[in-house]
Amino acid sequence: MEQLIANLSLGFGVALTFNNLLYCLVGCLLGTLIGVLPGIGPVATIAMLLPATFTLPPESSLIMLAGIYYGAQYGGSTTAILINIPGESSSVVTALDGYQMARQGRAGPALATAALGSFFAGTVATVLLAVAAPPLAQIAFKFGPAEYFSLMTLGLIAAVVLAHGSVMKAIAMIVLGLLLGLVGTDVNSGMARFSFGVPELTDGIGFVAVAMGVFGLAEIMKNLEQGEEKREVFLAKVTNLWPSKQDFKDSWGAVLRGTGLGSLLGILPGGGAVLASFAAYTLEKKLAKDSSKFGKGDIRGVAAPESANNAAAQTSFIPLLTLGIPPNPVMALMVGAMIIQGIQPGPQVMTERPQLFWGMIASMWIGNFLLVVLNLPLIGMWIKLLTVPYRLLYPAILVFCAIGVYSLSNSPFDVVITAAFGFIGYLFVKLDCEPAPLLLGFILGPMMEENLRRAMLLSRGDPMTFLTRPLSATLLAVAVLLLIIIALPAIRKKREEAFVED
Amino acid sequence: MLKNPKDFWSGVMFAVIGFAFAIVVKVYEYPMGTASRMGAGYFPFVLGNVMGVLGLIIIGLSLLTKGAPISKFAWRPLFWVLLGFVIFGLTAKLLGLVVAILLLVVISSYGGHEHRWKEAIISSVILAVCSVGVFVYGLKLPFPIWPDPAAILALVGLGGK
Repeated sequence: MEQLIANLSLGFGVALTFNNLLYCLVGCLLGTLIGVLPGIGPVATIAMLLPATFTLPPESSLIMLAGIYYGAQYGGSTTAILINIPGESSSVVTALDGYQMARQGRAGPALATAALGSFFAGTVATVLLAVAAPPLAQIAFKFGPAEYFSLMTLGLIAAVVLAHGSVMKAIAMIVLGLLLGLVGTDVNSGMARFSFGVPELTDGIGFVAVAMGVFGLAEIMKNLEQGEEKREVFLAKVTNLWPSKQDFKDSWGAVLRGTGLGSLLGILPGGGAVLASFAAYTLEKKLAKDSSKFGKGDIRGVAAPESANNAAAQTSFIPLLTLGIPPNPVMALMVGAMIIQGIQPGPQVMTERPQLFWGMIASMWIGNFLLVVLNLPLIGMWIKLLTVPYRLLYPAILVFCAIGVYSLSNSPFDVVITAAFGFIGYLFVKLDCEPAPLLLGFILGPMMEENLRRAMLLSRGDPMTFLTRPLSATLLAVAVLLLIIIALPAIRKKREEAFVED
Repeated sequence: MLKNPKDFWSGVMFAVIGFAFAIVVKVYEYPMGTASRMGAGYFPFVLGNVMGVLGLIIIGLSLLTKGAPISKFAWRPLFWVLLGFVIFGLTAKLLGLVVAILLLVVISSYGGHEHRWKEAIISSVILAVCSVGVFVYGLKLPFPIWPDPAAILALVGLGGK
């Protein structure tokens, strides 16, 4: 306990310096902005900004990037409630009841409930992160290469849950990601693989290029194909922000449950904000005595998913910071951000760079606080932004993407690769292949190979090592179990239903 | 006719890419090593074959299930967006950030439903000014702002030979 307080005060000391406070604010504002804007999400934004963080100190860089992720959860709900267009996929379910509330003239309480619920969830999740991370990191120190390999296998299998559609296709996408991750120089032998004499490829395919192509460019082309939507905006009606006593009474249970469920799903590999919000909404509907009000403006339908997505956004940092393994694409980008700064993610971050670790955790709470304070008064401004037509918006997004990619190595090469992955990403959209598992596979590919090699070297070529070591065997068993569960027809149907509302 | 074209063609894609990785390992003779001392070719070879087989299974399953047809490709946005993007990459060093942004915005605007010359040019100018301010002066990214005459002359000279 004393240790915790000492750690947190160290963290707040770092996070409360003027510079870091500023970067936290910038991250939160940027996050809200892209959360509000449909068609650009945290993955593309963080990818875009990665090169620019190179010159920042590591603390500031990670504080800002983290702010973008949880800030997006706040922003996404604003548009979901006011105009029925979820700015983020994690706010898709919020739109169901939030928009109905807005139409009934209760936009204010809906927005306030979303913001306060998010803040509560963010606070709980931050404390959870601070409490759970150190013991988890201790366990991680006991991990050998075999355990790491099994853990990554589990993480990738779990990522299949995140993908909707065919399980087989999701697994194939993971393998494709792993293979693409192997392009470049083999660290063990120094041999260039799959580079075909292209010198730039010996460094491997840039992670940012893949993420931005598949998530950023492909998204733009998909949106352009669908055409401009007519947007109905409830501008004048945002009066009387504060929820009534009855609203508080109705929503506090949903906030608590959403926070709990979200925190749990955030930690699990393959989880994250999107899954959390869907699950929390489903849970509320199941638990409610009278579920007929859902979809017609039930405040619980706003409180639960909004608390859940924010909690999950926060706790998904736990596997990243303790094990060095990203549970979702945004965390995969955070790995990239750490590597740019010369930090190898893993349990040693906490002991070797306590300022960074605790500073980041403290900044999350500060960021959540800033978001509540800033967001509600700024709603008018965010809504104005939405009146900017997409034909003006997408070239601007392209410009920022292009500048971001180009400055990775100051060469046209990454830009061309990004464009290529933009095309591939568009192909994935057409073929219904979910890109998130690919990205996770891509970042884990080299790590998996390395750990597999080491484990096999230690066991003198005996693959049974993965099954005879208890921790490793347990992890693999869970992975197999997950695969069986997902493949079971009854569950498969449920899983498809859960994504139908998308 | 294909009953599930999306899955069928996904399967084809996975099978082709997967086996291609495995074949490259063999053709370029990446060392396989042994299970205890894996060479550079071991992991990609195994993975490539796994993916190839997965692709074949997906093809097989696609023949047994029904699925929606693949919607038409929207070539227009695809072409102009990617063209603008690549041209930015190729011109940024030579022509400077300002011109590269003008080109990117004007070209990619062709991908939209309605193209308005005036609007595209005005927004490209605003974007260029903001980007120079934020990225070159603010974040100190090493972009040239204006065209580099020496480099252009050198390029033309090279082209003339």
